[in-house]
Amino acid sequence: MSNRKGVYTGNELIAIAAIDAGCRFYAGYPITPSSEIMEVMSKELPKVGGAFIQMEDEIASMAAAIGAAWTGVKSMTASSGPGISLKSEHIGYACITETPVVIVNIMRGGPSTGFPTAPSQSDVMQARWGTHGDHPAIALVPGNAKEMYYETVRAFNLAEKFRTPVFILGDEILGHMNTMVELPDPSDLDIVERKIYSPKQGEKYKPFDMSKGDVPPMGAFFRGYRFHLTGLNHNEYGYPTIDRDMIKMQQERMMKKVENHVEEIVKNELFNMDDADYVIFAYGSTGAAAKLASKMLREKGKKVGVFRPITIWPFPDRQIDEVITSGKYKGILVAEANLGQIIYEVERVNRGRLPIKDLLKVDGTPVSPTDIVSRFEEVF
Amino acid sequence: MAELAHKFLIEEEKVYPGALSCRGCGWALLVRHIASILGENTVYVVPASCYSIIAGPFGLSHVRGSIVHTVFAAAPATATGIRAALDRMGNRDANVVVLAGDGGTFDIGLQSLSGAASRGENIIYVCNNNGAYMNTGIQTSTATPYGAVTTTNPNPSYKKTWPKDLMGIVSSHNIPYAATCSLAYIQDFRKKIEKAQNTKGFRFLMIDGPCPPGHKTDPSQSISIARLAVETKLFPLFEVEHHRVKINYFPKKDVPVEECLKLQGRFRHLFKEEAKDALKEIQAQVDSNWKRLVKLEEISYQF
Repeated sequence: MSNRKGVYTGNELIAIAAIDAGCRFYAGYPITPSSEIMEVMSKELPKVGGAFIQMEDEIASMAAAIGAAWTGVKSMTASSGPGISLKSEHIGYACITETPVVIVNIMRGGPSTGFPTAPSQSDVMQARWGTHGDHPAIALVPGNAKEMYYETVRAFNLAEKFRTPVFILGDEILGHMNTMVELPDPSDLDIVERKIYSPKQGEKYKPFDMSKGDVPPMGAFFRGYRFHLTGLNHNEYGYPTIDRDMIKMQQERMMKKVENHVEEIVKNELFNMDDADYVIFAYGSTGAAAKLASKMLREKGKKVGVFRPITIWPFPDRQIDEVITSGKYKGILVAEANLGQIIYEVERVNRGRLPIKDLLKVDGTPVSPTDIVSRFEEVF
Repeated sequence: MAELAHKFLIEEEKVYPGALSCRGCGWALLVRHIASILGENTVYVVPASCYSIIAGPFGLSHVRGSIVHTVFAAAPATATGIRAALDRMGNRDANVVVLAGDGGTFDIGLQSLSGAASRGENIIYVCNNNGAYMNTGIQTSTATPYGAVTTTNPNPSYKKTWPKDLMGIVSSHNIPYAATCSLAYIQDFRKKIEKAQNTKGFRFLMIDGPCPPGHKTDPSQSISIARLAVETKLFPLFEVEHHRVKINYFPKKDVPVEECLKLQGRFRHLFKEEAKDALKEIQAQVDSNWKRLVKLEEISYQF
C-alpha cells in the first residue's frame, strides 16, 4: 500500500477510495459511463474480504446496498442518470429508514438514455429531489481526480455521521479522465467508523430514538436486539405509526439532522476571489474549467474569481450570501452543463442583489475555459 | 433472372448497407433475415442494447421499419402499448417486434417480458443472446456461460454460476411459440421466423449471438463457432409450442465442448491445468441438459 503513485481514471479513484474508506459491500449494474467503478470493485473488494455482487437491475443494486448496510457494513452502489432514476424509490427508502449508503452518479447527458458517453451536470436537481417526499439530501461534486478520491472518503464519513444516503456526482469527463495521482496511505485518512449500538443491560434499542440528538444511533442485525425497519412513517422503535405528533417530530428531525449541521457538510473552494471584481460560480468539471478561465481573464486584465462548491447539497447559502453582501463583487456568472438548475439556487440566495448571468451548455461537450471566457466577455 | 432470384434466401433487402455493428457481430445479420421476412410493415422496439447503436445514427440506420428505442427495463411493455393501440385502430397486420439483448431479456427486462408473455401479447420477441452486457464493456449477465471471464468476473476468476434457463422460463408462460435459433443454421432460422410470423400471440426467438470483442474470437469465425455451439450441444436448436418441445437438430456425432470453447478467448483460462475440472463440469452439465431436452421432447406428445 505504500507506493500508490500512478495514473488512474476518476472512476478507478472512486472505487479505490471507497475501499480505503472501509466500504465492504458493493452492488451494481452495468451502465456507461460508471461501469469501471463496478469493474474495479469486482476485482478489489474480494481481496479485502468484501462482497461484490452484480445484481439483475438498478433497483436491485440499490436495494442490496441498503440491506447490506443494516448488517453493519459500509455499502455503496454506482450508476448514471437512467440508473439513478430507477433507484429513486429506494433512495427515499434509505432516507426514511436513515440508512447510510453512498450512491455515485457519473452524470451523462439526459433525460432518458440521453448521451451515455458524454459529460453533463443535468442530474444535480435529481440528487436533491429525485425521490418523492420531504427528505434530506447530501451531494458532493468533486472537481478533479484528487477530489474524486478524497470526496469519496468524505461521502462515506458523512453517510455514517448523519445516517443518510450521500451522493457523489461526477460526470463522464471526471470518470474517464486519466490523471497522475499519489494516493495516501489509508491509515492517514480521517475515517468515521460506524459505532454500532450495543445496549446496556435491560435497555431496548430504538432505531429512531429522538432523545439522542438529531441522528439516532445506528444498529445492526444480530447484535443482541431486534428492530423493525419500514418505509412507512414510524415511531422511535421503527414500528408504523399514525400518531400525528410522532410523524411530525420524526419527519422534522430527519430534515433537521442535515439542516442543523450544514456548516459541517458544506465545503467550497474560493479561487482568485480576494481582489476579484466578478465571480464565476461553477462546480464539478465545469469548476475546473472556471479556474482556468479565471486565469485567462486575468491575463486580459479582468479580475475574476471562482466560487466552486464541493458540496452542492445542502446548498452553501451562507457562504454565497457572504460573498454577495461583501459588496466587493459586481456580478456572478453561473456556468453549468445543463439548461439551468443550480443557477436558480444562486438566484434564490442572491435575491436580486447582484446581476447574475448564465452559461448553460448541453451539447455533449464539456464547458471549456474558452466557453467561459467568451461568455464572460459577452455579458460583463 | 427470376430463376436466379429465388436461389437467394433474401429476395429483397429490408436493411440498409453500412450497419454500425462490430465485425463478425450477429445483430446485423439476424435483423437482416428477420426484416426480409417480416417486411416494412413492422415496428421494432429496442431496449438499451448493441442494436440501439446499430439501428442508430441517421445515414447508418440499419433496418427499414419504424424503431422505438425505449428504456432498458420495458421493451415488452412499450411493445404492448403499441400493439394494443394498433389493434384498436384496426391495424392487425403490422408486426410489433422486440429486438433485445440478453441483459435486457434475462435481467432488467425479465419482469416486463414475463408480464407481456403472460398477458399473451401479440408480439414477437427476439433475444440476441451474446452472453454479457457487450455494449457497456462486457459485464456479466445472467446469460453469461459458466466458465466465461467478463469485466465483472475478472481473471484469475471466472463465472461460476450457470446461465438462467430462459427458454424454460419463457415457455412456462404457456406461450404459442418459443424457439432457439443459430445464424449457422440459416434455413432453420428463417423457417422459425416464418413460423413466428404465422403464429398469433406471444412469440419468442432466442438467437445465439456471436460477439468477437466480447467472446474474444476471430470475427471471420463467428459462424463456425455458432455452428460448433450447436454441434457440441452448448446451444441446442429446439422449439416449444405451448409446453411441447421439439428438437430441430440432432448432432450427428458427439463433439466435446472444448472444440467450441477453445476458439473463444473468454474461456482461455479453462485450458490451464488447474481448471481441468471446470471443463469437465461444463461437459457434464451440457450432457445432462441435452438428455433432459430429449426426455422433454419424448414426453411432450404423450399427453
